[in-house]
Formats: sequence, structure tokens, C-alpha cells
Amino acid sequence: MSYNWNWGVFLQPSASGDDTYLGWLFTGLKWTVSLSLSAWVIALIVGSIIGVLRTVPNRWLSGFATAYVELFRNVPLLVQLFIWYFVLPELLPPDLGSAIKQSNPLWQQFFAAMLCLGLFTSARVAEQVRSGIESLPKGQKNAGLAMGFTLPQVYQHVLMPMAYRIIMPPLTSEFLNIFKNSAVATTIGLIELSRQAQQLVDYTAQPYEAFIAVTVMYLLINVTVMYLMRRLEEKVRVPGFVGGK
Amino acid sequence: MYEMDWSSIPGAIPLLLKGLLITFEVTFTAIVVGIVWGTLLAIARIGPNKILAKLAAGYVNLFRSVPLVMVILWFYLIVPQGLKAIFGDDIGDIRLTSALVAFALFEAAYYSEIIRAGIQSVPRGQVSAGLALGMTQGQTMRLILLPQAFRNMTPLLLTQAIILFQDTSLVYVIGLSDFFGTAYKVGDRDGRLVELLLFAGAIYFVISFSASLLVKRLQARFVK
Repeated sequence: MSYNWNWGVFLQPSASGDDTYLGWLFTGLKWTVSLSLSAWVIALIVGSIIGVLRTVPNRWLSGFATAYVELFRNVPLLVQLFIWYFVLPELLPPDLGSAIKQSNPLWQQFFAAMLCLGLFTSARVAEQVRSGIESLPKGQKNAGLAMGFTLPQVYQHVLMPMAYRIIMPPLTSEFLNIFKNSAVATTIGLIELSRQAQQLVDYTAQPYEAFIAVTVMYLLINVTVMYLMRRLEEKVRVPGFVGGK
Repeated sequence: MYEMDWSSIPGAIPLLLKGLLITFEVTFTAIVVGIVWGTLLAIARIGPNKILAKLAAGYVNLFRSVPLVMVILWFYLIVPQGLKAIFGDDIGDIRLTSALVAFALFEAAYYSEIIRAGIQSVPRGQVSAGLALGMTQGQTMRLILLPQAFRNMTPLLLTQAIILFQDTSLVYVIGLSDFFGTAYKVGDRDGRLVELLLFAGAIYFVISFSASLLVKRLQARFVK
């Protein structure tokens, strides 16, 4: 094997002229992180609502929530992304659809990926929220009701605060997953880390350096998130409870 | 409003079936190799040899920290170089081979975690009992621990297989025509991307959902 290693390539001015290839990597990192974080906000909010709905007594509501979870869990992420990106603008009313298609492509990619990743992860978060609520002793809910709380109040003041603390460890792994899954956005052309790895290969012909650098960046994201979440988990841990599986 | 036109699907059925075959080929190879290699990794990780345990842990953690997309791209870079070194320059289309290797090695990391938990869920007394009966370490593992562990974790292994089946669609990034890649190409060719993408989504849903219902029934039987 006669491969010419050239780590200096990252300091060379990039093909676009106003940046170095290292700068490209950091642009990729920026998009990966902002995509993952904004999708995580959607996932947490929607996931919590759906997770709660799965446990409520009303059959229609829990049936809807179950269907939601099954739908998002049984279609591959890539297919979902393409449906958000290519199909949705066609199915919207023509005015809205063409307004989307004429907007800045970068934002089109970003919003499609954010919505897709957020809702995809929300189905997983919902399952964790549900298992958290179900892991609580029945007496907690009944005690709340007996105290004169309404059902929404019981959820708000009794069940949810406990459930969130119990499901912290599995939520951490979903949070890590969202960073990894964000790489799928490369397929619609969003310039996140994986896309930049491929771009660097095309422009510099130094594939190993590019891939190693991007892989290291993913590892760093992983380590950072894990460290922060462990500290949070220690803070909020409920004594006597083992986090869900 | 957009007018749906599903007419390009019936003619494309043979192509789509061919793609589905590739999807299943990647899935099954990854399941079989992943479970075998994953079992070895799990055994190495909980075994007495410290160096092997460290190596196995490093392997598993590395693969679990990197996005699958990057892993597929990595192997698309490495596998051709390896094949060229062995077979010379005439190696033909290596996309399928790269995908098979990538998925098998990637899934092994995930399977090994499930299998490790499965082995550790068997009570310690079982090992002691095996050793007390005069079995060697290897015999205890093979005849006592693994059969019980696999029985306990069959539902989890199958659930992972369903996730894997969906993840194989990511071979799109190296241009391999699996079921999804074929559906995309047909849609692009006929200008019917909307219909083909919805169709592909529906097929994935039907297969994954029925498989997960089967796993649930199986699980109910196991728990009894």
C-alpha cells in the first residue's frame, strides 16, 4: 500500500477559497450539532405528549398514540427523511409547496432533517416516557386522585417529575443516537459532518485523513454528551429506583 | 393539488423484488455474522483475559459511537483496497461486498452488547455448578450459559434484527440498489418520486410491523 499521508491538507485553503478544509470540518460540526439539538427539542416535547397519551384511560387517545409510535418506528429513518424532503412539498397546497421549494436550499434541507429526526426520535422518547410512567407504583396515581387532583394535575405534579428522573439513562442513549442519526441528513445534501467528509474526499483526494478527522469528531461529540449526561443523571437520580432498561 | 399516479409501480415490480432480495441478503448476512462475531466479542469481554476484554470493549464502543453512515462509507473505502491487494485490480462491483462487511461488523457490536447482557443474566451458580461437575470453562460456556442466555434474549435479538432490516436502506449512500435504492431510482426515472417513496415506506412498514407483532407473540410465549 502506497498511500501518501498528508495531514497538512486541513490547513490548505479550500476549494471555495475563503476557508481552509479544517474550516469545512467545523462548519460540518456546527450543522451536526445544531441539527441534533433542535431535533432533540422536538423529540422531547412531542415524545412526552405522545408518551403521556399512551398511558391515559381514554381509548381513542391512547390508540392514536400507539399508532403514532408504530408508524414512526417501523419506517426506516432514510425513507422518512425522503418523504419529508421530497414528498411533503408536493402534497401541500401549491402556494405553500412552491414557497418551500423556492426558499434557500440549505434551510429546506435543515428543516426537513430537523422535523424528520425530531419526530423519528419522539416515537422512541414516547416509549421511554411510557415505560417511566408505568414503572411507578399504581398507588402514586391513586394517591394524587384521592388528594383531589384532577388527572392532568396528577400527571403534572406527581407522575411526570418522577418519570423523567427515572428514565434519564435511556434518554441519554436516545440523545446520543440523535447525533449519530443526524448523519442521515447527508443524503439530502445538508453539509453536516458526514457530508463534509465526502466533500473532503472529492476535493482533496485524501480520504483517510478526512474520514479519520470526522470519525474523531463524532467520538468527541459522544464523549462530551456522555460526560454531561452522567453528571445530570447523578444529580437527578431517584434513590431506590433503577432507571428503565 | 398533486395528482397521484401509481402506474409506474406494476411495471417496476421485478426490479423492486430484485432490490428487496439485496435488502434481505444484507440483513441476513449481518444477522448471522453479527450474532456469531458478537458472541465471540461478548465472551472475550467478560472472559478472564484482560487484554482481549479491553480489545473487545474498544471494538464495541468504537462502532457504537460512530454513525452507521460513516461506517458504510469507511468500508466502501477500505474493502476495495483490501480486495485489490488480494485479487489484483480486477474486482468488479464491490458495493455489495462492502455493504455486507460493514453491516456484519457494525451489527456485531450491537449484538455483542445484547448477548453480554444475556450471558450475565444467567445466575452465577450455573457456572459454579458446571465447573463443579468437572466441565471445563469452555464446556460450561457452550453447554450451560449460552443455551440459557440465547433463550432469554431471543426477543431482543429479533427486535435488533428488525432495526437492522430498516437500517440497510442506508446503503443508499454508496449507491447500492437495495429495495429503497431501486424504488428511488424508479421514481426518479419516471418522475414519480412521491408515489415510489410512499410505496417504499408502506412496504417497509408492513414488513417491520408484522415482524414486530410476531416477536411480541413469541415473547409472550417465552415469558410463560
